Amino acid sequence: MSARVLVGVKRVIDYAVKIRVKPDKTGVVTDGVKHSMNPFCEIAIEEAVRLKEKKLIKEVIAVSCGPQQSQETIRTALAMGADRGIHVDVSGKDYENLGPLQVSKILAALAKKEDVRLIILGKQGTFASQVDFQEDSLKVEREIDGGLETIKIKMPAVVTADLRLNEPRYATLPNIMKAKKKKIDTVKPSDLGVDLSSQLEVLSVEEPSQRQAGVKVETVEDLIKKLRDSGRI
Amino acid sequence: MALLGKSLLRSKFGSYVCKARELIVNQRRCIVSCVDPSLGLTEEQKEFQKVAFDFAANEMAPHMAEWDQKEIFPVDTMRKAAQLGFGGIYVKPDVGGSGLSRLDTSIIFEALSTGCVSTTAYMSIHNMCAWMIDAFGNEKQRQTFCPPLCSMDKFASYCLTEPGSGSDAASLLTTAKRRGDHYILNGSKAFISGGGDTDIYVVMCRTGEKGAKGISCVVVEKGTPGLSFGKKEKKVGWNSQPTRAVIFEDCAVPVINRLGEEGQGFLIAMKGLNGGRINIASCSLGAAHASVLLARDHLKVRKQFGEPLSNSQFLQFTLAQMATRLVASRLMVRQAALALQEDREDAVTLCSMAKLFATDECFAICNQALQMHGGYGYLKDYAIQQFVRDIRVHQILEGTNEVMKMIISRNLLQE
Repeated sequence: MSARVLVGVKRVIDYAVKIRVKPDKTGVVTDGVKHSMNPFCEIAIEEAVRLKEKKLIKEVIAVSCGPQQSQETIRTALAMGADRGIHVDVSGKDYENLGPLQVSKILAALAKKEDVRLIILGKQGTFASQVDFQEDSLKVEREIDGGLETIKIKMPAVVTADLRLNEPRYATLPNIMKAKKKKIDTVKPSDLGVDLSSQLEVLSVEEPSQRQAGVKVETVEDLIKKLRDSGRI
Repeated sequence: MALLGKSLLRSKFGSYVCKARELIVNQRRCIVSCVDPSLGLTEEQKEFQKVAFDFAANEMAPHMAEWDQKEIFPVDTMRKAAQLGFGGIYVKPDVGGSGLSRLDTSIIFEALSTGCVSTTAYMSIHNMCAWMIDAFGNEKQRQTFCPPLCSMDKFASYCLTEPGSGSDAASLLTTAKRRGDHYILNGSKAFISGGGDTDIYVVMCRTGEKGAKGISCVVVEKGTPGLSFGKKEKKVGWNSQPTRAVIFEDCAVPVINRLGEEGQGFLIAMKGLNGGRINIASCSLGAAHASVLLARDHLKVRKQFGEPLSNSQFLQFTLAQMATRLVASRLMVRQAALALQEDREDAVTLCSMAKLFATDECFAICNQALQMHGGYGYLKDYAIQQFVRDIRVHQILEGTNEVMKMIISRNLLQE
């Protein structure tokens, strides 16, 4: 198979860090906070690398949209086995306004430019828990509320990765050193013909309200009375 | 949704489950700024460190108590580590090593140690032996012994100490008399880490006159007739590695197994120990780092006299001093590693200073952290006591801290 796979990797606040809202409520604190690759993106990279090891695809390209530091995230993907990286340079105000619509336009433009047959991303919508590569199509097993669903899709296709798709590998010391030599190209969104203007405006960011303590009731009648009193029924 | 819960428990992101152990596992990944061990490192070193921290948190920390209590030598886990390149970190790549620097090695062992000090310390001894063969062996020896050691297909032990010679290592009595193309070894070694369970023994023995110049270094393989082991020692810590006496009774070792020249053995042993001392000191750093985080979290949670302990100025100041001494120790160790890899003339003394300082300071830090836990610190349900027990021996082996002072004062007083 001579297919290329594009994997999106995002540099996010490390999952172990406690998130704090900025005092001016315009967003969350990111300065000086530890960042790493989105764990679901790790799963996406792992799946792509496994497909390459099974010789079902030819090349794995890791893509990240963001400021200079996004290159660190791409390096991690390279250390896990991706062949090369593309850094779409977006910084400052543009980065703050970068939403899913803009990113998908960028990925679509890159997919056309690099002749990509499959895009694997970290979970956001439907989840794949198993991917089988066939001649011209993909057999994807996904988990839905009722159980498991198997679907067949034609390529080019976009697949998002769920927790149970795989267990991401540790990067090995030799691979980390090899990753230094792999290429990372930098492109600007304008090179891809993508317009970054956003139709959305963030008004305010707030912490979720504190959980209120619950109330215990003795009998079913009490429960109904309480629900009626608070206007719930 | 029930599926999701179960998989979260199973998956790498077990941090979402709020058991005490998982909290510990998470804290060891750092996030606290001033004691962050990744400060000042290159991007590549941060990558190495991340892998080591992740491995420690996922593969070692959940088992460290069980390995200690059941005295399990975790062969499978160590082999997994070897697959990532941790079996021969500073061994050359042409024989299976990772070819990294002494500083990279220190960073890695420091991170691994937060998962289990005892296992990491054994891995550092194994690494030291693999390097000795890599650095002083001839081509045939390197190609024969290093690859299986780097993959941890085979495990190694370092045999210098004897019942009658510890600090006075050069007075060792194990003899190696030449007979044709074999050396016949007679004598015994004491306190050998891994002894009995490991496959390759790097043995310092007497081929010539008294003193350091009469000592040679030979590689003895398990199964050689005349090689036997004493009983497994019962120790206060380091319980995930077996410790036994290694006994030679007319044990015939091929002359081709000798590393370097006759009379070069003591030099080889000491050069191995320079790196070994940095590694052991790095293990102490990891334990102290984990302990500072454990103590900090305990202070925030434990309340007495109506307030969390973290409101007490005395405890705040004590924690500050612990953190300061940890960072100071870390700088000593990393500086010594740099000096060693650059082959500077002060390297040996610096390694001794680093080992002396870091092992003493880090033990005090872990001990203080245990004190901050109060009664809970004394229970085996809490990890802090294992860190204290495990690093206590770092002040004794690979050269006692007293011998470190001998080396340093000799350097100061030389003409």
